Amino acid sequence: MKRRSFLMTALGTGGALVVGWCFLPPRSRMGDRDTLPPRRDSVALNGWVRIERSGNVVLAMPRSEMGQGVHTALAMLLAEELDVPLGHVSLEQAPTDAIYGNVATLVGSLPFHPDQRNSAKVRASEWIVSKIGRELGLQITGGSSSVRDAWLPIRHAGAAARAMLIEAAARTWKVAPGECSVVEGVVRQVDGRRLEFGELVGKLREVPIPGEVTLKDPKRFALIGTPAPRLDVPDKVTGRARFGIDVRLPGMLYAAVLTCPTLGGTLRSFDGDAALAVPGVVRVSQLSSAAGSAPGVAVVANSWWRATQALDKVRVDWDPGPHAGLASAALISDMQRALEAEPGVTLYRRGKGEAALLDAINVFGAEYRAPYLAHATMEPMNCTAQFGGGRLRIWAPTQAPSIVRDVAARAAGIPADRVEVNVTLLGGGFGRRLEVDFVPQALWIARDVSPAPVQLIWSREEDMTRDFYRPAALARMRAGLDGQRMPFAWVTRTVSDAIVPQYLARTYPLLALDMPDRTTIEGLFDQSYEFAHRQCSHVTYRSAVPVGSWRSVGHSHNAFFTESFIDELAYEAKLDPYDFRRILLARHPRHRTLLEYAAVKAGWGRPPNGRAQGIAMHECFGTIVAQVAEVSVANGAIRVHRVVCAVDCGTVVNPDIIAQQMESGVVFGLTAALYGEITLKDGRVEQRNFPQYDMVRMANAPIVETYLLPNGGTPGGIGEPGTPPIAPAVANAVYRLTGKRLRSLPLRLQAQ
Amino acid sequence: MQLNVNGKTVEVDADPSMPLLWVLRELLGLTGTKYACGIGVCGACTVLIDGRAMRSCVVAVREAAGDIRTIEGLGGEMLHALQQAWIDRQVPQCGYCQSGMLMAAAALVAQNAGPSDAQIDAAITNICRCGTYQRVRDGIRIAVRSVRRTL
Repeated sequence: MKRRSFLMTALGTGGALVVGWCFLPPRSRMGDRDTLPPRRDSVALNGWVRIERSGNVVLAMPRSEMGQGVHTALAMLLAEELDVPLGHVSLEQAPTDAIYGNVATLVGSLPFHPDQRNSAKVRASEWIVSKIGRELGLQITGGSSSVRDAWLPIRHAGAAARAMLIEAAARTWKVAPGECSVVEGVVRQVDGRRLEFGELVGKLREVPIPGEVTLKDPKRFALIGTPAPRLDVPDKVTGRARFGIDVRLPGMLYAAVLTCPTLGGTLRSFDGDAALAVPGVVRVSQLSSAAGSAPGVAVVANSWWRATQALDKVRVDWDPGPHAGLASAALISDMQRALEAEPGVTLYRRGKGEAALLDAINVFGAEYRAPYLAHATMEPMNCTAQFGGGRLRIWAPTQAPSIVRDVAARAAGIPADRVEVNVTLLGGGFGRRLEVDFVPQALWIARDVSPAPVQLIWSREEDMTRDFYRPAALARMRAGLDGQRMPFAWVTRTVSDAIVPQYLARTYPLLALDMPDRTTIEGLFDQSYEFAHRQCSHVTYRSAVPVGSWRSVGHSHNAFFTESFIDELAYEAKLDPYDFRRILLARHPRHRTLLEYAAVKAGWGRPPNGRAQGIAMHECFGTIVAQVAEVSVANGAIRVHRVVCAVDCGTVVNPDIIAQQMESGVVFGLTAALYGEITLKDGRVEQRNFPQYDMVRMANAPIVETYLLPNGGTPGGIGEPGTPPIAPAVANAVYRLTGKRLRSLPLRLQAQ
Repeated sequence: MQLNVNGKTVEVDADPSMPLLWVLRELLGLTGTKYACGIGVCGACTVLIDGRAMRSCVVAVREAAGDIRTIEGLGGEMLHALQQAWIDRQVPQCGYCQSGMLMAAAALVAQNAGPSDAQIDAAITNICRCGTYQRVRDGIRIAVRSVRRTL
């Protein structure tokens, strides 16, 4: 398929949604005074801002805090335009309304190369998709999109609120608004009079929302760009922070679940009598399958520990189903066959594409491999639900409350407006909590014990064996070299499961068309190295393994393929890998400057004794990250000591949160690079808990240094871009140190 | 049975084999201590028993004789020096593992007022999926320095 038809298909999917949009008037994302539910002693100024009589400013928060700092970053956008100290802003969960929908994440899913950013066609497509996104109103936290998405709407809401506060004060004092200003959360008049926000609550009810607002000139930003402390940290050091697993409701019961251990297997029958005899157990429920969940049984008791004890006593007869023989080795050789036998779908082509290889003096090629990976959030999947009076209440650590609501309504057979979704803090997300498989499970159990609320908690074993894994992938990378051994053609063919069609089939089956999936080739087609001819093809492999979005999605493995292969090409050209990349970025000064910045900060070319450096750069979610890893090897064990990250994410909102996310992204990616591998045997995931799925810990965590190169404009994403470059940076360093090119993840050297 | 939790004697009606973690979370409402692996390998459930860091998901409540201290009781009226250092260094991200991190660090600094890097590595084996390790290390150092200053 040509790239254009790829685009058309992608837009065609949206087409069905456009129909609904066409009949609606275009609206801004400001919302109205009645968008927020009324509360005592407060006045809502628009869909985002409420002023309380106490003087507190409340921001309606549609995004989920999973560690990435989004609650703080979005509050900073509001506080900046409103001229209030950050500490005056508190949060309440945004209600259901289309103004809170995440538009940026949909726009980000369009299949465009960053070089096309300014073309009319791209802008038109982005505009259409924004409109669709605006009307869809999906509250989703993912795709490193929250700040990009909220950058204008929340600042507009803040600026409008500020103008209304000034107007209210001016009316109170009977002076012109021009004589008033907001300074540090207080309205002041030129002659020195002052009114606290709380004193204006009554007057604010009479003030209309302004038709036009002016945003602050970025030169006047006082808060944006500063390392303001996070709002969520104090409660996270005292144990007061409430995650999904910490929800406590009167009369609440607990549920433990066991699903079929074989992928694709089903439940034939079960005998729960012995479990029911355990003191404290109130119910044994059968679970069918929905939203990607597997069939199984649940035990409900007055304690989760009791429920897990009793679960062991449930005798279950599983039908292992059609994939009972599935094993990793066979799966990989099957994928390898597909890679060799099938041309795949060409998703991206420039110049002569693959045909350019015929003009090459030499064709250099290499094959790479990446395994399935689990998310393993520290807080296992859980969900609390309560059924009663035709209403369903849900408390969930979720990245996608809109999808929770829609799927819950479908599973419960009630209208969506009878479903209340309360989003708690998330003990890690990383894309796992875009899935809502645990929601139907929780509500079915809650229906069985209605009206008691019930908290479903997955064991770690359930969490690890019932994940939606980062797809395993194989890549055949080829480059056409000229007489100077410099590459001029870039040709990739990959094989993997495709995420987006699976995800849609689980959540919105009506939208589940068999469409090309950008995530399969992101990280391969969209980097800025200047090759005249490019072609990226993908073979969709349909395994029985459920796959999903894993921090940085396709970039997570495709960056390893791209940046390792670039490194190989450098050695083919007999050039230093850093110099080589600079040559390939001759017309991309932004990228080249960032790469040079990383090299300077890392002291490229001068590693400490016994160590080697590896370099990698990757662009995703609107941000470019260059990393230099400092690596040593002892007895076959790879040790990463120091990682320098240079980051260009446009405008910097909070440099310390960016540094946190670089540290986090590096450790997350390094865990995958050194340990991460989900394998299958007899149709079952073999890794069940941390001992089989190990992690980087204190003793082998590198020092991560973050350097920012602010570039203005809309902020780029920050939660994910730190992850992709680390695996290739480490592999490239290992090659430099040992002469061994590791083309398979996790990186393993034979003991010397 | 009686337990001594955060300086108070409390009466709990629990199966003696119930892990301390679930007694704290379900019977005493102390939800700051977290479940993550259930087999004592990740450290999210770390509490202090008589000053020693224990993984409460594998300690049966009948064995939990002694002074039990959870994250809720780490600081008393004031923040513990480690909690303040965690704020100063902005350690937590998702925060789920941080109660356990703080309790493990508290046991370390109570025994060793100047831990070396290797001693920190040996004492803090908790898993943090957000990768806050270098800030945890910094936080321990900041806390140790601040305590020395106030002495």
